[in-house]
Amino acid sequence: MKQKFTQLYLIVVFIILYAPIVFLIAYSFSQGDTMTNYHGFTWRHYQTLFSDSRMLAIVANTLLVALLSSLIATLIGTLGALGINRTTKRVTRESLLTLNNVLMVSPDVIIGASFLIFFTMLKIPLGFGSVLLSHIAFEIPIVVLMVLPRLREMSASMLDAAQDLGATTRQLLSQVIIPFISPGIFAGFFMALTYSLDDFAVTFFVTGNGFSTLSVEIYSRARQGINLEINALSGVMFLFSLLLVGGYYWIQQVSQKRKQRKRGAIS
Amino acid sequence: MIALTKRKTWLYFIPYGLWLALFVIAPVALIIYQSFFDLGHHFTLANYSTYFASATYLKMTVNSVWYALLITLFTGLISYPTAYFLHQLKHRQFWLLLVILPTWINILLKAYAFIGIFSQAGLANQFLTFIGIGPQQILFTNASFIFVATYIQIPFMILPIFNALDDLNPAFINASRDLGASNWQTFRRVIFPLTLPGVKAGVQAVFIPSLSLFMLTRLIGGNKVITLGTAIEEHFLTTMNWGMGSTIGVVLIIAMIIVMTLTGDQKPKGGAPR
Amino acid sequence: MKRLLSLAIALIAICGLLAYSSQSLERSSGSTGSKVLNLYNWGDYIDPSLLTKFQKETGYHVNVETFDSNEAMYTKIQQGGTHYDLAVPSEYMVAKMKRAHLLRPLDKSKLTGWANYDQRFLNQSFDRDNRYSIPYFWGTLGIVYNDKYVKASEVQHWQDLWSPRWKKQIMLIDSARDIMGMALITLGKSMNTTNPQTLLAAQKKLDQLSPNVKAIVADEIKMYMIQDEAPLAVDWSGEAAEMLAGNSHLHYVVPREGSNLWFDNLVIPKTAQHTKAIYAFLNFMSQPDNAAQNATYIGYATPNQRAKERLPQAIRNDRQFYPDEQTLRHLQVYRDLSPTKVELYNDRYLEFKMHH
Repeated sequence: MKQKFTQLYLIVVFIILYAPIVFLIAYSFSQGDTMTNYHGFTWRHYQTLFSDSRMLAIVANTLLVALLSSLIATLIGTLGALGINRTTKRVTRESLLTLNNVLMVSPDVIIGASFLIFFTMLKIPLGFGSVLLSHIAFEIPIVVLMVLPRLREMSASMLDAAQDLGATTRQLLSQVIIPFISPGIFAGFFMALTYSLDDFAVTFFVTGNGFSTLSVEIYSRARQGINLEINALSGVMFLFSLLLVGGYYWIQQVSQKRKQRKRGAIS
Repeated sequence: MIALTKRKTWLYFIPYGLWLALFVIAPVALIIYQSFFDLGHHFTLANYSTYFASATYLKMTVNSVWYALLITLFTGLISYPTAYFLHQLKHRQFWLLLVILPTWINILLKAYAFIGIFSQAGLANQFLTFIGIGPQQILFTNASFIFVATYIQIPFMILPIFNALDDLNPAFINASRDLGASNWQTFRRVIFPLTLPGVKAGVQAVFIPSLSLFMLTRLIGGNKVITLGTAIEEHFLTTMNWGMGSTIGVVLIIAMIIVMTLTGDQKPKGGAPR
Repeated sequence: MKRLLSLAIALIAICGLLAYSSQSLERSSGSTGSKVLNLYNWGDYIDPSLLTKFQKETGYHVNVETFDSNEAMYTKIQQGGTHYDLAVPSEYMVAKMKRAHLLRPLDKSKLTGWANYDQRFLNQSFDRDNRYSIPYFWGTLGIVYNDKYVKASEVQHWQDLWSPRWKKQIMLIDSARDIMGMALITLGKSMNTTNPQTLLAAQKKLDQLSPNVKAIVADEIKMYMIQDEAPLAVDWSGEAAEMLAGNSHLHYVVPREGSNLWFDNLVIPKTAQHTKAIYAFLNFMSQPDNAAQNATYIGYATPNQRAKERLPQAIRNDRQFYPDEQTLRHLQVYRDLSPTKVELYNDRYLEFKMHH
């Protein structure tokens, strides 16, 4: 009975989570030009999409910025979390955390405008570089927030034990701390990716000289109503990320099983 | 930990410190600086007096806080059971990824999809007609605004709660059961208190951004609700009154600090930071 | 740790691949190279086939970057760091950019198509003698109605919108100057007034409209109207043209007592780099055939007299978008007001929005 309820609840939540996405993708096959009234099946919008080399370049740019910025932000953010965790004074930590969160709460428009002023003051040309820098900047706080709780849970006794066993700082970091906090690092990376893919306002302000990302393109096209080519694109990207997530999970499962088997053999 | 503090580990902290200085402290300073200037670039306190003296802005603030509270409440009510049930599943990490996946589709596109679903001839109304209630005005109501905002925020609440559940030591639960506690008692006395840091983290991740929602207030809410985020957006992009926009920004940053302190961990050890 | 490292390396490899493919894709669409023109335009506001034609004729490749509001564009150009050769601001923004010294004057001797333009749309208050700007499209503010629910005779005047029968039926475009302007016209005042009392009266007037307002939205208004979400809307003619194309039940009225006359204009920002390409493009766009083709594609009214003559009769004589002389005389162009005066409008409008 309880099992049933659990399942039903989750099914409803997932239906709601995916309803708009299914809706978007369904209309990518509609013969019409808008998301009203379904007009019968067609691949037309996908054909337009794949022959639109400007659009494809923008997709590549978007993914490039997202992956690269998340990677760098994860690195800096993890180091930052290690630093914050090390602080002993409560006041210092609280103020560091508050500063850390400023970018998460400031509306995108303010962030974008102030970054724009900042970049032009420093004479950093607007384009790929400035977009990448700003994405790294607004992704770092979420990484810190995802990593920090894991660090807190790491018991001091564990570290002491490792040190007593003669571990150097580097060994401690690479063999004890990092493996323990890696779920937090992954979560941080994924959230960073999410923030990057979702951002419009900041990118809009700091981009220039021909560089564009998907969300900026979508926002400027939305003026004329959403084009179904964009739906087709969401369909492709969604399928792609689904495969990515599925593939990643599968690889993880396989490698874990192998590890377990090995361990089994040793004992 | 002590050995770590000593040696050259502070080197690791440099990139983060640099980021704090360049991309946090500098912009915040800029915003505070700008909030003291009027349209004619004269130094003034008028922006603050306008904000705190005008009924319009005070009402807007109350509205924003109220709607952010509602959104956070609904998000929490939906997310906690979801995270809890998800956590019992076999391939829970995979399911968690599936919860995050919808956030990778652009928010504007999702909003447009909701418009399609909620419109007069949309799916929701077709369903209502089918079950005999007849078409209703769904778009541009407070309910639809809260629904869509909640939808957008759910993954950001599920994630920290899920992580908190993940960190829960199963020994506590077993101990509680062994001591004869019922499922409900175990949940209320053991599981929930221990996952509270995750809930707090979720509240922070949802409440604060909800204060500054914009886009959705117009697209789904038809500007029936005007939040602080909408006002900032307008001051920066439409009226070009950056001083007033920055002033509201400063108010938001202060609001964040208040929320952080209220939901921050009382004990210095353990728990999620935000 | 090892796993994290190998994942990071794999990601870097993917990034390299992405960088390479985006480079090659951009090259194939021809956006790099020396013979280019950087156009900063509203989204989907030029016929793409004209850009191809322009490249074929002159060899210049046009890079189009888009913005979604005059103010956002202004911020970008003002801050520098970009090199747009041409931008397309609305009339009040031309005045603002001019005052901020962001524009370069036009060299009329290099313009070959000047004679093609309708004199009525030149030498406007926002840019006397067109020292800095060439009109690109023009239009009005009016009422869009759906003939399934509303009879034409019921909405010929702004005051008709206040009728109690339109409870929660009207959508307004989210623009302070336009909505306040509509109230001012209804009160018989100038759309450019700066008298606080008059503006307060306009806000009071708008507050009375509140029960009839269904929503205050932006570009989405088009989609909503096409989908029958509301029977009435107040919007610009350009947007209305697109709505009419999407739903045959929709019609557009410019009330005879007066309305706004707006212009989008081509200007040269200070940061422009490709002077030759700029004038080649301006001349290309002022050729009657090209301007007519663009007007057909966009659906807005063209200020190019020769181009208008080439449009199909049905469009040319459409009173909805090319109003008669009588109505045209009652239209008002927004004067460029000082920031503090604009603030008066914005404050009153915000108050109306808060209470609606």
